[in-house]
Amino acid sequence: MLNEKYRTITEIHDAFDAKKLSPVELARDTLAAIKASKHNAFLLALEDRAMAAAKKADRILAENGKVPRETYPLLGIPLALKDNMVLEGVRTTCASKMLENYVPPYTGTAVERLEKAGAVFVGKTNLDEFAMGGSNENSAFGPVEHPTFPGYVPGGSSGGSATAVKAGFCVAALGSDTGGSIRQPASYCGVVGLKPSYGRVSRYGLVAFASSLDQIGPFANSVEDAATVLAVMGGHDPLDSTSSERPADPYVANLKKDLDWSKIRVGIPKEYFIDGVDVSVKKSVRETIDWVAKQGAKIVDISLPNTPYAVSVYYIVAVSEASSNLARFDGVRFGVRPPDAMQVEDIADFYKKVRANFGPEVKRRIILGTFALSSGYYDAYFRKACQVRRLIKNDFDRVFKDCDVILGPVAPSTAFKKGEKASDPLKMYLNDILTIPCNLAGLPGMSVPCGKDEKGLPIGIQVIAPQFRDDVVLKVGHAIEKGMTK
Amino acid sequence: MMNPDWEVVLGLEIHCQLATNTKIFCGCPARAPEGVSVADLGPNANTCPVCTGQPGALPVLNRKVVDYAIRAGLAMNCEIRKHNVFSRKNYFYPDLPKGYQISQFDLPICEKGHVDIEYKAGGKEVQKRIGITRIHMEEDAGKNLHMDAFSLVNLNRACVPLIEIVSEPDMRSAEEAGAYMRAVYGIVTAIGVCDGNMQEGNFRCDANVSVMPKGSTKFGTRAEIKNVNSFRFVEKAIEYEVQRQIALIQSGGKVVQETRLWDSAKGQTFSMRSKEEAHDYRYFPEPDLIPVHVDEKWIAKVKDELPELPSQKKARYVSELGLSSYDAGVLTSSAALAKFFEDTLKILAPDGNASGNTAKAVSNHLGGEVSRLMNEENLELNQSKIAPKHLAEIVKLQTANVISSTGAKTIIGVTWKTGEAVDGIVEREGLKQVSDTGALEKAVDTIIAANPGQVAEYRGGKDKLLGFFVGQAMKATGGKANPAMLQEIVKRKLAGN
Repeated sequence: MLNEKYRTITEIHDAFDAKKLSPVELARDTLAAIKASKHNAFLLALEDRAMAAAKKADRILAENGKVPRETYPLLGIPLALKDNMVLEGVRTTCASKMLENYVPPYTGTAVERLEKAGAVFVGKTNLDEFAMGGSNENSAFGPVEHPTFPGYVPGGSSGGSATAVKAGFCVAALGSDTGGSIRQPASYCGVVGLKPSYGRVSRYGLVAFASSLDQIGPFANSVEDAATVLAVMGGHDPLDSTSSERPADPYVANLKKDLDWSKIRVGIPKEYFIDGVDVSVKKSVRETIDWVAKQGAKIVDISLPNTPYAVSVYYIVAVSEASSNLARFDGVRFGVRPPDAMQVEDIADFYKKVRANFGPEVKRRIILGTFALSSGYYDAYFRKACQVRRLIKNDFDRVFKDCDVILGPVAPSTAFKKGEKASDPLKMYLNDILTIPCNLAGLPGMSVPCGKDEKGLPIGIQVIAPQFRDDVVLKVGHAIEKGMTK
Repeated sequence: MMNPDWEVVLGLEIHCQLATNTKIFCGCPARAPEGVSVADLGPNANTCPVCTGQPGALPVLNRKVVDYAIRAGLAMNCEIRKHNVFSRKNYFYPDLPKGYQISQFDLPICEKGHVDIEYKAGGKEVQKRIGITRIHMEEDAGKNLHMDAFSLVNLNRACVPLIEIVSEPDMRSAEEAGAYMRAVYGIVTAIGVCDGNMQEGNFRCDANVSVMPKGSTKFGTRAEIKNVNSFRFVEKAIEYEVQRQIALIQSGGKVVQETRLWDSAKGQTFSMRSKEEAHDYRYFPEPDLIPVHVDEKWIAKVKDELPELPSQKKARYVSELGLSSYDAGVLTSSAALAKFFEDTLKILAPDGNASGNTAKAVSNHLGGEVSRLMNEENLELNQSKIAPKHLAEIVKLQTANVISSTGAKTIIGVTWKTGEAVDGIVEREGLKQVSDTGALEKAVDTIIAANPGQVAEYRGGKDKLLGFFVGQAMKATGGKANPAMLQEIVKRKLAGN
């Protein structure tokens, strides 16, 4: 399998250069592995598209002798994408029965840029329905298996992408992160997962869950690969007004030189080490911080006092936006109409039948959001939440005067067993407490594997930097990754 | 007819489609190509992932829309907001592909303006200032086509830019509301932000109507009449609604706050939905768009590009061409009419120095027969076949006494329909006046010789008989005599010269 011999982009490109491997061979093997897999990580394998892209990569390789890494930084590299991103003519379900038959007429910007760079998209990965959830148990097409611990969840909502990378079905995968949906499954599965700054990657072509929080980002086996993917897909897109006009930094080149830790001030927020966080997680993260201190970094104790409100704020803002974003899925504009949908009295009855296509978590969030925006409640809920969101951002602005980067846990626990939290939405929501603040403040955050718990389940450390300092996140994450593997 | 015991309170919300090349949030054409009517455009021909609301597609603001909104705001004396935010207005309608309309809510681009209107009521000219509460930018919806068993949706119009112009409740009669709507129409067409094609829904309005006993200061409960797309219908709908409300109150009933529609065939308004069924739009700031900052430089640039406003044009027509204020007001009530007027003058006086009489003659035809035809057929000037070259020719022939004023009307009627050349019509319809002095004198001589008795009576002081001789002579020429010349000859001959 892919991960046994070749884990990273560089390793594969070296093998291409040495003629030990060809893009077509790699694509064929990868597609075969996806077909044989039992993880339910994929909702669709893109056989024709992948083979066509691989053949093109073969041609380019033959013409150039070696991989032209400048123009095709992803030549022949198998990638996967979460099934809430559109490819023209390819069914996009968002893991919902509602969109079982939806075939988009266009391709999203991030994917288009990656394909131009030579990437071979091998499949579309499973997720929590409309990216709502933290365990991948909310998929209408069944849960995803943890890549290394059967019976455990891979995290969510981008659980399919995390599993696909860890299990070797692709070199890197795209996920989307609205409240931790990249970083948490990365931590659970033991891969690198980066949520870029809000506005760093175009959202054009990402089916919206919460527009002011959503961001596309990569899963990879190394920080360098995550940097490569971000470098290709990041940067301004005229089709997304919220994408920043600030040019993308040379993320990959930055990693060539070793980090001078003595120039780095590392903030440790006390609110990220509260009682609800597992001892094993705290221990592993603390050890990593100790190692960082030993390298000469200045450790600064900081406080982000509004952290406890983050979950409440998030579950008002995100669901409000979602209630509006998902309005179009009603069997009139978009969405599957059940066979008996037309035998109805009126439009309300019709809605009842069509909207039964949504799973319970999606329904719950639409109803919460509709309520939070409704007349008479807007000020108490939505407006108040926006104000507190501002305070949370102010917390970060303030501490980033005293530190360059923040380190802490990604999730309060390691991966849990399937069904363990499914019955208690509130418990599931609280699981996002350490990842949500980044989304609310628009900051880049990354999960880098840093250890394991007593059962051997992976633990990630979260690296957070000011908005658009994705370069800092990658640089620091890269140094930690190197230190941890030594 | 307005009831003297009741006072009417009216406010208008005008929706005006902006004449930008592309839609407000995507690159699709906002209009049908030149020479093609919107109705002939294939269904969903002007659509893309953005304006069809495809999942994952995102809006990007067309800055020209902001330009046009500022232009309209400046022309209507508004304050321009610097920090502009778009909001989502959430409601269900099949022609709204995203399930929400991107509009502006609490932070509209223009506020606190006014428009001056002038109209005739009971033969008197009335002038009044109507306040503009706000002007905001938004996207239009698509169009439903209802068949027997199902409905179709055409999204060509979805995402076409609109401005909504909301007036203060300053109007007190249907005529006033009509005059205000015409004035706003004149402004938006003159400054080039709207094509003004009312049949295609470029310019339509919702009227808020309430009544209160004369002397009261507390407004009555209002009903909103939705989507009226003609000046005449607005006046008729308001008149009907006012009578309905008064009758309702007088019979002990109560006006309920509701949305009503105008049925032009029946000449009635009818209830569409009540307040209880009213939408909770759940407005919130549109997260897919960033705020638009309009700085002084931007406003100054738009101000520089602002063309002559109808009020300025009107003043110029009065001072330079000697037209009456009312006539000038009629000509400047639509950009198309004003342009037609100026183009006609340009043909008649290429040096730009048209005489007052020429201007008056052109103005009379436009304000008279041409306006009559527009109203009668409910058409815009550009939908008829008449062109400035026709009217110029007509005025020329009339000034040279080749045709009569009745003949001129006939020609206008024909060119309106066919656009054929004026001389051909004159020839075919036999509209040329007999202005040959010899021929006319001969006819008059014959009449005088045949009616010695009447001649004697006339010469004996019965002046009224002049008409008899003129009429007889006119008859003898088959009605083609130049009336002024004929009268002069009859007078002269009867006087014995």
